Amino acid sequence: MTVSTPAAANSGADPFASVDALIEGLAGVGYIASRRIATALYMAVNLQKPILVEGSAGVGKTELALSTAAMLGQPLIRMQCYEGLDESKALYEWKYGKQLLYTQILKDRMGEALADAPTMDAAMDRLHGMGDLFFSEPFLEPRPLMRALQQDDGCVLLIDEIDKSDEAFEAFLLEVLSAYQVSVPELGVLKAKVPPLVFLTSNSVRDLGDALKRRCLHLHIPLPEAALEEKIVASRVPGIEAKLTRELVAFVQTLRSLDLRKAPSISETVDWARALVLLNADSLDPEVVRDTLNVILKFEQDIAAIEPQVVELIRR
Amino acid sequence: MAEGAGRFRHALARPPGKLVMQHTLEQFFRALRAADVRVSPAEAIDATRAVAVTGFTDRALFKDALCATLAKSAEEVERFDAAFEAFFDRDRLEAPPPQAPLNEAEAEQVAESPLAQALLEGDSAALQQSMEAAAQAAGVADIRLTTQRSRLTRRLLEEMGLEEIEAIIARARRLPDGQGEALADRLEAGRARLFDQARSYVQRQHDLYAAASAQELREERLAVKQLNADGGVAPADYALMQQLVRRMARRLATKYARRRRAAQKGHLDVRKTLRRSNAYGGVPFEIAWKVKKVEKPAIVVICDVSKSVAAFAQFLLTFLYSLNEVVERLDAFAFSGRLIPVSDILDANEVEGAILEVLQEIGFQSTDYGQALADFAENHFDRLDRRTTVIILGDGRSNHAEPRLDLMKQIHDRSRAVIWLNPEPESYWGQGDSVMDRYARFCHVAQQCSSLAQLERIIDDVLRSYVPH
Repeated sequence: MTVSTPAAANSGADPFASVDALIEGLAGVGYIASRRIATALYMAVNLQKPILVEGSAGVGKTELALSTAAMLGQPLIRMQCYEGLDESKALYEWKYGKQLLYTQILKDRMGEALADAPTMDAAMDRLHGMGDLFFSEPFLEPRPLMRALQQDDGCVLLIDEIDKSDEAFEAFLLEVLSAYQVSVPELGVLKAKVPPLVFLTSNSVRDLGDALKRRCLHLHIPLPEAALEEKIVASRVPGIEAKLTRELVAFVQTLRSLDLRKAPSISETVDWARALVLLNADSLDPEVVRDTLNVILKFEQDIAAIEPQVVELIRR
Repeated sequence: MAEGAGRFRHALARPPGKLVMQHTLEQFFRALRAADVRVSPAEAIDATRAVAVTGFTDRALFKDALCATLAKSAEEVERFDAAFEAFFDRDRLEAPPPQAPLNEAEAEQVAESPLAQALLEGDSAALQQSMEAAAQAAGVADIRLTTQRSRLTRRLLEEMGLEEIEAIIARARRLPDGQGEALADRLEAGRARLFDQARSYVQRQHDLYAAASAQELREERLAVKQLNADGGVAPADYALMQQLVRRMARRLATKYARRRRAAQKGHLDVRKTLRRSNAYGGVPFEIAWKVKKVEKPAIVVICDVSKSVAAFAQFLLTFLYSLNEVVERLDAFAFSGRLIPVSDILDANEVEGAILEVLQEIGFQSTDYGQALADFAENHFDRLDRRTTVIILGDGRSNHAEPRLDLMKQIHDRSRAVIWLNPEPESYWGQGDSVMDRYARFCHVAQQCSSLAQLERIIDDVLRSYVPH
């Protein structure tokens, strides 16, 4: 199978040679990937399919796309989805203002051009010829999706939180995702020279349509096990003591087993590690933990529930 | 017999090639579908392409690649993992105890039968391959019912060439001076082992392919099961029933969530468009659309939790609670003698446990509809407005107490719709102490509802009346 992704032409080794190479490549840019993550990414590139990443907030869904872009040295084009997002914001829009301005400026010239038309029909014909002037590339405002298709050297396209968009938009994405092309009525079909590597992320706010799921590879990122999380912290927070890492990861893992409204995920662990390093803590002591609890727990009730138990939880 | 031998040789001679792998993958897709992981043809093609890239020497890679292409949600990943382990983790056929090599006379006896040779030599790889090939020929993977197991085991063994073995054993026993006894004994032991292995092989296939269809059958039966006092739900079916209720609710929720969005596309809003056009010198560049505001239903549900309807009340509440996406507000009340709000109890507990707590709180008093309505009117009438649909669940048997029809009329007038679900069939209404026929006058809909299937249909109607087409 030939793969036409310009995989890291700048760096020596091809990160897509094997799954192991990919894990290494991602580690090189600071993303510690589990085997399943790397395999999914490997398949996405080999099969040229978009990859749908699910998992709770803060497990590194978006980070995966950012790191992949960094690893490949390709630009990352990001599209944040929200309710009401539509084609004109995702794909392209005509620069109405510019069109209007130009018609106003060219009004006189048009009058002249049309003045010598003998009949109404002839004038109309001439006008038709001019109409295309205003619906050409200079008046086109490309939005993220189109920009991604126009990158001739390939890029990483991140469609973030697709579950927040409407179903209509999801259906519209199907053409882009399966054929890597879009049709603009005035210009025709625009096809990507090099298909972008597409990441879609979802927090499962709603169930995605089957059609979309079918076109994507699926990757669910769970909360990591202690060993993996320690590696992640170590890679993300340079200069942290191994002992502190171990203690803090164990503490967070314990928190996750409790009945909390929002259990801390990786990004919170990393933030907390940074905070502790900043405070020059070299081990977890109850005082520091209590002061920084608001970094890992995001709800008042959770903090209130955990605060009295801190000493006991550290000891565990 | 000759045919069996031929197949055996064939299976031994052929290395597992592309076609075999293809067939295996297809079987695996079937097993996945049986495990409720949806696999479309397009996904099957993707998976096959993925395997072409990864190969199948690295088991973990092979599994992850398949998983990425086939399982499309967290739950499906779980089911995929289970199905994968069950499918690709066949037990090794147990190697027979080390055997003395055959003497020449014996070797001659079994020269005709490769199966016998494999059994005597303890060549488990050969036996394994032969069993797979025979299973394919016998159609073991098409197993649907538990009762097919013994027949399929028999056919599987026949395909492997059991008859040859029996013939050889018979021949050996007839030899003079007990010359063939040792061989016959060994073959018989081998045959017994083979029987066991074939049986467990068929059982595994049954678990892979047929278990799911049995579950479907059970669910279908539960959906139409009567939920009144005499036809209560067996404890064994309870979990499945809850699952079924959630799934039904979810189906409705997606259906209506989708419709609500479709309804938002309106017509051109001329006034807004003209106003916006001012910025462009009167040219309507920005076009505004009328947006229809779609209301979500607010539901007040009043449940009789006396013994006759308790089971049903629980499923109704589970159902409504699973609909939270499409329902704006849900207020739940329960009564037997007196009426209390139970939303808080339901929020604090899983619906399953909540009913018990409710029962503890209001006890098993005798049902009094009039008193319940009076309690509701006194404390909770502010819950009703023209957007509220009231769902009452009860058998309408009031133990000859005053039914308070006047309050029922008020509820009817204040709310958008009153729906009464009665587990009893219509012919019982008004008989004995039932005042259902009199209550029914003040209901927009009064229906018998005694199974989950009926419940789904009725809730569907409620939602439809809210959502414009």
